[in-house]
Amino acid sequence: MAESDASGGMIETIRQFSAESSPIDFVIILEHGDLFLMGLVQTVALVGLALVIGGALSIPLSLIRAYRHPVLNPIVWVYTYTFRGTPLLLQLYLIYYGLGQFEAVRESFLWPIMRDAWWCTLFAFVLNTCAYTTEILRGAIDATPWGEVEAAKAAGMSPATRVRRIILPSAFRRALPQYSNEVIFMLHGSVVASTVTVQDILGVGWTLNGKYYLAYEGFIAAAVLYALLVWGISRLFRYLERRYLSHLRPRDGSSGGGKRGPKAPSPQPAT
Amino acid sequence: MRFTRLTATIAAGAFALGLGMGAASAEDTLRIGVEGAYPPFSWTEADGTLKGFDIDIARALCEQMGRDCELVPQDWDGIIPALLAKKYDAIVASMSITEERKKRVNFTDKYYNTPAKFVAPADADFEATTEGLDGKVVGVQRGTIHQCYMEKAFPDVELALYATQEEVFLDLASGRIDAQISDSIQAKEGFLDKEEGEGFAFLGDDQFDLECHGEGAGIAVRKEDDDLRVAFNDAIKALRENGTYAEINDKYFEFDVYGAEPGS
Repeated sequence: MAESDASGGMIETIRQFSAESSPIDFVIILEHGDLFLMGLVQTVALVGLALVIGGALSIPLSLIRAYRHPVLNPIVWVYTYTFRGTPLLLQLYLIYYGLGQFEAVRESFLWPIMRDAWWCTLFAFVLNTCAYTTEILRGAIDATPWGEVEAAKAAGMSPATRVRRIILPSAFRRALPQYSNEVIFMLHGSVVASTVTVQDILGVGWTLNGKYYLAYEGFIAAAVLYALLVWGISRLFRYLERRYLSHLRPRDGSSGGGKRGPKAPSPQPAT
Repeated sequence: MRFTRLTATIAAGAFALGLGMGAASAEDTLRIGVEGAYPPFSWTEADGTLKGFDIDIARALCEQMGRDCELVPQDWDGIIPALLAKKYDAIVASMSITEERKKRVNFTDKYYNTPAKFVAPADADFEATTEGLDGKVVGVQRGTIHQCYMEKAFPDVELALYATQEEVFLDLASGRIDAQISDSIQAKEGFLDKEEGEGFAFLGDDQFDLECHGEGAGIAVRKEDDDLRVAFNDAIKALRENGTYAEINDKYFEFDVYGAEPGS
């Protein structure tokens, strides 16, 4: 193959490379469209379930962290620190290969579930995303304006009602932008599922490459699918942020620079 | 519009990467891709040194050809693409000579040939038949002749695909899969004869399908490197004749893994 100066002869090199080796075989990708669809379903199901379960679990945990419960707070801190401090791949390996080494685990009632790669993966994903979401929410709760709490107290709300009606809803809103990052990171992190035999999007890509000894066709198809998913996720969060963080946007609706402009009469009752 | 541009960008990136890997190529040293995770044919010691039948054969071939060699460990996934990208010039990794692979690379004559077999728990209550394996999960290494064979001969059996053969045995030992199929010699030496393989045994007879299994393991080279292929063939023949092959063979196996002489 001829030597080429990195960028100048790019197109020429691509052409040459295509002629000498094989070009991208789009046909083979399309022929395995059903496989990729199954991979897509697998990825969406794993990440979606992990986010729902992990998200639900993170609410009480974040309250424990924010209110600094004397007994539980250190425990939750150790948990979130461990799972945020170690790579997801390592967590999955420890759960998948590590736990399977123990006779006790293999004989326990959990084995029928933990035997399955899919459940191991979901378990790892839930623990991982829950740790991150807990800390995101804790940060948002800590940042609650004191005035909101004061006002709730003055209105005679009990501590539990304050959490339910004032602190959490307001924290959820503040956490939205950060949480959208967590969702995207979780999606990208989910590729580790393919290392323990789960046929997620990347797993299907590996299978296609492995079966036909290809270098990148499977990866390109996978990359496109992940990019599409991320596009969908960012659209969803943009919508959510518009809806729930609208009170933070300039009133006049024009794009940018409106913060200091004259205020239109408030269309909303004060909350 | 957005898609096409995105796809094109990714494709261009992938090309650039592939070319970059292929750029630096020393003329004199012959670089050989090996797997290093397939005992007793190829494994990696704790200190990183490569050992095994494939490794010894590769070194002996180089000596026979009078070339300086460098062994390059490469995961099975991507072992052929890396050859095409010129990360190395030949693959000595127990790779069976099959029609599907011949579309991408050329092969030398075989340097050994051993049959494939199932392995399952010794007390398994099922047989290696379509009915017996119904509802069972069988592990195979991805992109191998064994995956090809399972998909062809047992299309309805659920497969678990692994990146390395070692992971297949790991999951067989922990009971996550019900059986696995691989090279019988590799399974015996790499698993059954070891502590981890206690309580496991071969299931059924040799499995063979010409289309999937091919004629044995050969050395893969790029299609344009035909001189190299011929040189390897001469060297394999020489090793067979001068007793070096037998010497290496006896280090690892109790019988000649070369199999039947070609044409016999």
